[in-house]
Amino acid sequence: MKRITEHPILGKIEKGRAVNFTFDGKKMTGFEGEPVAAALKANGVMIHRYTAKQHKPRGIFCAIGRCTDCVMVVDGKPNIRTCITPLKEGMKVQTQYGTSAKSEVKKNETV
Amino acid sequence: MISANDRLADIGPFVPAADDDLIICRCEEVTKGEIRKAVHAGMYTLTEVRRYLRCGMGLCQGQTCGRLVRNIIARELGRKSSELEPATGRAPMRPTEMKILSSEKGVE
Amino acid sequence: MKRYDLVIIGAGPAGLSAAAEASKCGMSVAVFDENAKPGGQLFKQIHKFFGSKKHKARIRGYKIGEQLLSEVAGGVDVELNSPVIGIYPEKEIVVRQGEDIVHCKADSIIVATGATENMVPFEGWTLPGVIGAGAAQTMMNLHGVKPGEKILMLGSGNVGLVVSFQLLQAGCKVRALVDAAPHIGGYGVHAAKVARCGVPFYLSHTITKAEGTDCVTGAVVSQVDEHFQPIPGTEKHFDVDTICVAVGLSPMAQLLMMAGCEMEDARGGHVPVCGQYGETSVPGIYAAGDVSGIEEASSAMIEGRMAGICAAAYLGFCSEKDKNASLTKLSEDLNDLRQGMFAPQNRGKMIKKTEEGIDISQTLLAEGHITTEEAERFPGVVHEVGVHPVIECTQNIPCNPCQDVCPKHCIKVGKDITALPQVDTNIQCIGCGMCVASCSGQAIFLLDENSEPGFGTVTMPYEFLPLPQQGAKGTALDRSGVPVCDAEVVGVKTAPAFDHTSLLTIKVPKDKVMDARFFKKGELEDDKCK
Repeated sequence: MKRITEHPILGKIEKGRAVNFTFDGKKMTGFEGEPVAAALKANGVMIHRYTAKQHKPRGIFCAIGRCTDCVMVVDGKPNIRTCITPLKEGMKVQTQYGTSAKSEVKKNETV
Repeated sequence: MISANDRLADIGPFVPAADDDLIICRCEEVTKGEIRKAVHAGMYTLTEVRRYLRCGMGLCQGQTCGRLVRNIIARELGRKSSELEPATGRAPMRPTEMKILSSEKGVE
Repeated sequence: MKRYDLVIIGAGPAGLSAAAEASKCGMSVAVFDENAKPGGQLFKQIHKFFGSKKHKARIRGYKIGEQLLSEVAGGVDVELNSPVIGIYPEKEIVVRQGEDIVHCKADSIIVATGATENMVPFEGWTLPGVIGAGAAQTMMNLHGVKPGEKILMLGSGNVGLVVSFQLLQAGCKVRALVDAAPHIGGYGVHAAKVARCGVPFYLSHTITKAEGTDCVTGAVVSQVDEHFQPIPGTEKHFDVDTICVAVGLSPMAQLLMMAGCEMEDARGGHVPVCGQYGETSVPGIYAAGDVSGIEEASSAMIEGRMAGICAAAYLGFCSEKDKNASLTKLSEDLNDLRQGMFAPQNRGKMIKKTEEGIDISQTLLAEGHITTEEAERFPGVVHEVGVHPVIECTQNIPCNPCQDVCPKHCIKVGKDITALPQVDTNIQCIGCGMCVASCSGQAIFLLDENSEPGFGTVTMPYEFLPLPQQGAKGTALDRSGVPVCDAEVVGVKTAPAFDHTSLLTIKVPKDKVMDARFFKKGELEDDKCK
């Protein structure tokens, strides 16, 4: 279990309502208002993107919006810092390859 | 601080090292070897290395690697990192899309 | 363009404190912060703070954050999700708010942007699973998500130690605490509470590789020589999924640089040249908190108040007389915190003796805990008939809640709050446990060395779940987390005054009361044994 249900100091950690979102098309649930990165982490997702030059995986690193390592394509928009972007119902979250989602890369390649 | 005269100093040839492949700038994927080579190519300041390699010019604006790059350059030059001018602080301090930068409000 | 008497950048401990003082003086104040919530890093600090009453000692960081927020409520315009992207001449400030770029004009500015985490590169450090210690705190203490299951912590400064303990509290396993330095960098008491949970310390070691292709699946750690270079053949492998990096902080002073402040390399990074109260070389621009030199949140709050008062006086909102009176008092408070072994002036120094002339425990510096034998030489460790405190506080740090809370006044720190606490054996301890619960370093235990024939009891602070129940049987661990004997829980005390620190009393054989310092319920898991 990745979520802390009860904490010795903080007690129950307050969360928004449960919402659905998708990660690369896969249905997942999280809590409204928590960072997208937290919801992904709770769902076991480690890889947020693959880098442009070396195509290496990256994930959460600073978790406060400074390092920009956790950026993904969210609702079609690339370079979204998922660690500081609040989760909303129906959000479409995609792994970022370079600066775009995979399907778009393929489209470009065939052009 | 490193002055113009320091450019005449002989820092010796570039000697490859085992950790040259190590990524230093995570955003722009610049390696330690590339930074060291840049110093031997004559880039003696942080600003020059940044412009040459783009390290510290990515989305995070050098937040993570600024200190590391400065140390690597200083070491290569055989100087203390405090003798090296740090990267210039300039706007925008946080990643900002051009579209937003151009939509200024409240300027009268 | 909106105009303010004072614009504060950063709503952390320094910024909010500055705002509180300035608005009290009648200034119109705006605080801009890039985060969605105010408080900076305070809301991730779930441990009790050090210091004395006026420094809000023994209050947990997040509660101090709540207090600060209520202090500024109403009088101050706190603008969140508002990163300041530039400071221009004539104190023009440019802020991003949503999809807009907003300009405003300030007559004075306090920059309280805090610090950024340092990083150390090693093979595989870009893999998902390698995170900053701050990221771990954010994930678990703000968002309630474990950063990983099996963690390796790099860095034994206070951040590394505190976060390691918090990881244990969140239910993660900390497999090792690694530091290239030969000695633990943070407070000994922080190290001791991690060590007794069984976390092994690897000093003079560094991480040489994060293993894995998609994410971290392990870590390789090597011993280092005196030049901090890994020694071949000393590699150790750790089965971890997360590597936490806590190798110091750097002031985030780029905005001050941009504002034209004279800078210098000092106090942990590239910082503005500052006067005693945070005045930079540009009149009307002040720096407060970590941005002007890395220290603690407690000192940042005082620096913030100083800067707030100076800004008010600069614009005539506060008389010189009132300013001087406030600054004198605040300087004293700040000076109290800047004493002891870990004071800024002692940074990097190897201190061998306490102010009292007692040899510092070398085991504490090398392994994170004192030994039973070493404990005996400290003034807080006494042996008496009946229940009495044993205070394993062995370094001079500015802290005195133990003295404050003892209703019988049997604990004495004295005027100098960095002095080691002493136990007055002429006064009978009533066993209330307030000292145990109030010690921010969790270094106080209540001992009854002969509670019944052949047995004694040890009462310890306990901040984990599940809380063992009275009658629970298990194992007593020593200060290094090694099992010493069977133990039974004979008392569990919780109280609002203890603020989430429970007091666990265990019964152990008489000859083990000076060794038993932690309790594990039931049979020990194999992987817990070293």
